[in-house]
Amino acid sequence: MISKEIPASLTTKQILELYHQMWLIRYFDEKVDEFFARGAIHGTTHLCVGQEATAAGACFVLAEEDKITSTHRGHGHCIAKGADVNRMMAELFAKETGYCKGKGGSMHIADVDRGNLGANGIVGGGIPIAVGAALTSKMKDLGYAVLCFFGDGAANEGSFHEALNLASIWKLPVVFFCENNQYGMSGPVKEMVNIENIGDRASSYGIPGRIIEGNDLFAVMEATGEAVERAKAGEGPTLIEAKTYRWKGHSKSDAKKYRTKEEEQYWRKEKDPIALLAVRIINDELATNDELEALQLQAKKQIEDAVEFAEKSPAPSLATLELDVYA
Amino acid sequence: MNTKDMTYSEAIRDAISLKMRTDEDVFMLGEDIGVYGGAFGVSRGLIEEFGPERIRNTPISESGIAGAAVGAALTGMRPILELQFSDFITIATDQIINQAAKIRYMYGGKGKVPMVLRTPGGSGTGAAAQHSQSLEAWMAHIPGLKVVQPSSAYDAKGLLISAIEDDNPVIFYEHKLLYGMKEPVPEDLYRIPLGKAVIKKEGTDVTVIATSVMVHKALEAAKLLEAEGIEVEVLDPRTLVPLDEASIIASVSKTGRVVIVHEAVKRAGFGAEIASVIVESDAFDFLDAPIERLGGKAVPIPYNPELEKHAVPQVSDIVEAVKRTLQRGKEV
Repeated sequence: MISKEIPASLTTKQILELYHQMWLIRYFDEKVDEFFARGAIHGTTHLCVGQEATAAGACFVLAEEDKITSTHRGHGHCIAKGADVNRMMAELFAKETGYCKGKGGSMHIADVDRGNLGANGIVGGGIPIAVGAALTSKMKDLGYAVLCFFGDGAANEGSFHEALNLASIWKLPVVFFCENNQYGMSGPVKEMVNIENIGDRASSYGIPGRIIEGNDLFAVMEATGEAVERAKAGEGPTLIEAKTYRWKGHSKSDAKKYRTKEEEQYWRKEKDPIALLAVRIINDELATNDELEALQLQAKKQIEDAVEFAEKSPAPSLATLELDVYA
Repeated sequence: MNTKDMTYSEAIRDAISLKMRTDEDVFMLGEDIGVYGGAFGVSRGLIEEFGPERIRNTPISESGIAGAAVGAALTGMRPILELQFSDFITIATDQIINQAAKIRYMYGGKGKVPMVLRTPGGSGTGAAAQHSQSLEAWMAHIPGLKVVQPSSAYDAKGLLISAIEDDNPVIFYEHKLLYGMKEPVPEDLYRIPLGKAVIKKEGTDVTVIATSVMVHKALEAAKLLEAEGIEVEVLDPRTLVPLDEASIIASVSKTGRVVIVHEAVKRAGFGAEIASVIVESDAFDFLDAPIERLGGKAVPIPYNPELEKHAVPQVSDIVEAVKRTLQRGKEV
């Protein structure tokens, strides 16, 4: 497989930044995985290794004022929406300098001021919230769009149906972006959904549905860009289904008994989103292998720095326990 | 301030109109709130004044519209969400409990969710088990929510203004049997702070702490007891969260005897919380008799009118409880 052709509107600089960002996402989650395995951080986490193209590609087309809602598997969305990896890592380390001052952890990182309305620990919980944020945009004529991430599992929640119906009757500026990574925890999408494509559900809401190769950065950018444009033009929501794959287990305690090693190897070897991008960049002679390696190392170093920042940060004081329950 | 006789539902409508006229961010969403005027007629006429954008008629999607309210609130609006019956909060609970109540805390003090969920609770209309519950104790249990239960038109208006202006999610429990109840209400905007109880009738012998429709039953009971020379003080907390503990403690310290009455099922009802507040406070030393707690029977609300009536406390139950508390414990 090779990725789609690079859109003419993209500069080489932008492409290389995206390549770097995808490595940043991958190293962030691999580092988190390593720390959880060692028991160095507690709680649980859900990693998006292997899904970097959906986060990077979809968020790339957003303007600064556009908003996102994210999921329990949300570190990539967060980074792609411009979050500071130091503060993200500090949150996972339960430190005061974290995005949530150590009170949220992996599943609740948010940066409301910069348009990240938050990850969500409830499957499908963020979908109606995205609709509400889009309603604000419409009622106050603010012009922003909302990009709503959710997974194949969430597409079977009632909130999915209610939210898509609401957004479609009100023609709200929201893009429903389904990252179909093939499994809702252990449940294979083929056993949990009776149709081939979740994207086909769009027709029951009278909105466009797109089914795309989620590991192809440019396919993601193209479909999301079009949907965002449509949303901002007042034409209403779009449902995008991006086929992808999570390399790791559902959460930290997952023996992955529900799938085969062969399947995992296929996605890793044939459809690694970062490798696909690298091949395209080299083919198009936009950078050398050495230059790409330098970007990769830069990302790795940033994550190591983030760990250092997190480790050195203070824990929240016990005096903060009862703060911020109410505004 | 000029006053006007208003029903409970007119007072609620008045609060909504006054806020919507002055604050563009306030809007209403809910099922059948448009030309139909809402299941209990509370929003009647509002769509004519404010239009369908701000009086937003929704599909029957309690989870979806609750979530839309959360998302709108998080991005700068002040939505007022109407649920037709408070029983339907069960369908919206993920958005209320897991999202609205927790967002600010989970996000480390960033973001706020200034929304009001208005919904009628209570029995007495023959609507049976799925349209008659009083589930306020559930909501009062959740950190991050505020819970309001007005018992009169005057309180409803002033409390709703405060709830709309509050920066937190507020669950505003109306009562179906109160909608038609009339009293003089100021025409202008006024506020009753959340967390301030009111003494509905002063007395010296026994404090009856009652919520929502039970306030009226307590007042009736007090009148009957007055004829027998028993002076009952009726205290209405008005908001369960925040709870005006100081006023409760002060009243109980004065009278030394307490009857707590609510319509919700007694078991694990909010009355248990109020009783605990009293016995954990200095008022404990002033108690002359065990606390009497009245609440609904532990049954789903039945359809038959006589069964329905007996599922929740009546005036006679309050009268008897007051007399029991006077007979028990130390001499008056």
